[in-house]
Amino acid sequence: MNLDAFVAILGIPALAAAALALIPGYRLSAGLNVAASAATLAAAASLFLVRPPGGLYLRVDDLSVVFIVLSAFVGLTTSVFSASYIAHEVEIGRLTPARLRFYHAMYQVLMFAMNLGLIANNIGLMWVAIELATLTTVMMVAIYRTHEAIEAAWKYFILGSVGIALALFGTILVYVAAQPVVGEGLPGMVWTRLIAAAHGMDPALLNLAFVFLMLGYGTKVGLAPLHAWLPDAHAEGPTPISAVLSGLLLNVALYAVLRFKMLLAANPGAVAPGPLMIAMGLVTLIFAAFMIYRRRDIKRMFAYSSIEHMGVIAFAFGMGGPLANFAGLLHMTMHSLTKSAIFFNVGHIAQAKGTQTIADIRGLTVTHPALGWMLTAGVMAIAGLPPFGIFTSEFLLVSSTFARQPLLAVPLVFGLIVAFGALLMRLQSVAFGEPSPGTARVSASYLPILGHLALVLAAGVFFPPAITQWFQHVARLLG
Amino acid sequence: MTGLSFDIAHLLAGSLVLISLLMLYQDRLTALINVFAAQAVALALSVAWQAHAQGAPHLYVTAFLALALKAIIIPVALQRIIKRLGIHRELDQAVGIGPAMLAGVALVGLALVVMLGVAPEADRIAREDLAFALSVVLLGLLMMITRRNAVGLVVGFMSLENGLVLAATGARGMPLVVEISVAFSVLIAFIVIGVFLFRIRERFETVDVAALDRFRGERA
Repeated sequence: MNLDAFVAILGIPALAAAALALIPGYRLSAGLNVAASAATLAAAASLFLVRPPGGLYLRVDDLSVVFIVLSAFVGLTTSVFSASYIAHEVEIGRLTPARLRFYHAMYQVLMFAMNLGLIANNIGLMWVAIELATLTTVMMVAIYRTHEAIEAAWKYFILGSVGIALALFGTILVYVAAQPVVGEGLPGMVWTRLIAAAHGMDPALLNLAFVFLMLGYGTKVGLAPLHAWLPDAHAEGPTPISAVLSGLLLNVALYAVLRFKMLLAANPGAVAPGPLMIAMGLVTLIFAAFMIYRRRDIKRMFAYSSIEHMGVIAFAFGMGGPLANFAGLLHMTMHSLTKSAIFFNVGHIAQAKGTQTIADIRGLTVTHPALGWMLTAGVMAIAGLPPFGIFTSEFLLVSSTFARQPLLAVPLVFGLIVAFGALLMRLQSVAFGEPSPGTARVSASYLPILGHLALVLAAGVFFPPAITQWFQHVARLLG
Repeated sequence: MTGLSFDIAHLLAGSLVLISLLMLYQDRLTALINVFAAQAVALALSVAWQAHAQGAPHLYVTAFLALALKAIIIPVALQRIIKRLGIHRELDQAVGIGPAMLAGVALVGLALVVMLGVAPEADRIAREDLAFALSVVLLGLLMMITRRNAVGLVVGFMSLENGLVLAATGARGMPLVVEISVAFSVLIAFIVIGVFLFRIRERFETVDVAALDRFRGERA
């Protein structure tokens, strides 16, 4: 096999996982974790220049490159954040050396699984990759072994398993629909052949398959009413994992949904998948927006904010068309960057204050000015205030919805405003209230947070034409 | 697949649905696990028959996995877990037997209507197989809802997974079936271990992992 980008993208995390499982000492392993993530990012970026020829199992196209590069980038910054976060956890004795080895190895296994899911050209392989990603995150959520952590992992496990079981049934139905057209055996699951032959498939079977796939992968995206695992898993696991879950794993599941949406769109007889995604997206958005008000735990609150944004993104892709798809892609990218920055920040804050309860975290701009102001910037960005990139994507989405379906824009704007109010209300006390005790200094790594926020800000102020063209091209692909 | 061969495949797939309905009204965990083991045997037979009829020897691997793991190893492990936790005599039904059975019958009807209703001109055999598989999947979901106990939940999930394996092997020439069934077996093994950790913690109310270390040897 040639040493092409595929081998690198999958091989680096796999080798790193094996090495990290053996290396004791957290300094060395944290360093190796960062190095491996950086190498993966380099390999992913090389896909822009040279694209290896696709086969029956692996392949990249313009859509997956966006996801792969985003995922490798956030993977790298999270590994940098993780190094300082984990150092603190080891100091206070929350993580033993054995579990630390396990944690680092699992981190790379997760990267491997997500990359595999994104470059898979085979719907069966994609399913296996997403299952592997689910398993590794379940184990990482349970890593603190507290009662709450195990309960959260258990809930995630059961809901996630039911989700991927339903997705598998949908995958089998797609194969059954494809088999008369594409032929028996391996080609019947190969993405490129499926999409080429989609117009000849049985539309009724495809419709049924999409319902299962939407429910199954939708569980992993965190769409209501199947979102119940998400807040618990975010709140009880280590913060780097919350960042990766929100920033990346939800995207990978969304990518799977988008792939099958394209398949349905290529068949003239099948129902339009848009309305189902729009409905689920809106329900998710409004439900999550109200839930943000009532959270007491800061990580749980931002987990609900992730659900809310996934609702917005599902809505955007459900609307379809070049403009809404563009807004959806942009929103997804901006959300990944912003939300992981917020989780990095919250991780340090929780370590400094020794609590995740919102009521006990007050006046951060006084006690920890850097963290406090960065959190303020992050929350303003995630709430959709200009000049950040999320404002751009939300503005695009709302205006294009008004132009096409004014009635749908009403619940969309309503949900966005409710979430906006909830986030700013909480930010008020967390950042500017009477300072609460806990002024311990943390050796925070500001670089990942600042880097992400700077990118989000830059995207809001000036979006490079090259990336705009790329996104427009992908948006047209999505139909 | 025609004539006798088709009838046998039908009989075996149908028996899975029947056993799923049997599982719905087992109110004791030991009985539930025994019936589940019986379903796994039926699944193994069904997959083996498909392997024979389709001339696809790799499916024998899946059949063997179903037999070894789900008919023997996991049921034995679960029986030991519930005995150790002292819940083997406990009643475990959140919903009464009557309503659960009615809902089960309705779900089987729904599965048949949905699967047989879609484009009847296409491959009838695969479709009927899928209808059985969907019934088993839906009954598995129902079982997960009607059980209060974590062990009952797991048995429900594994029965759901039996339906998936049935669907995958019934779809003629489907690739990666063995890989997918292995991946699922790993998942199930983890769930069983998860029950172990979860239930023991609940039982002894301890955050000391050393208390769990004693049980490590039992991991199936």
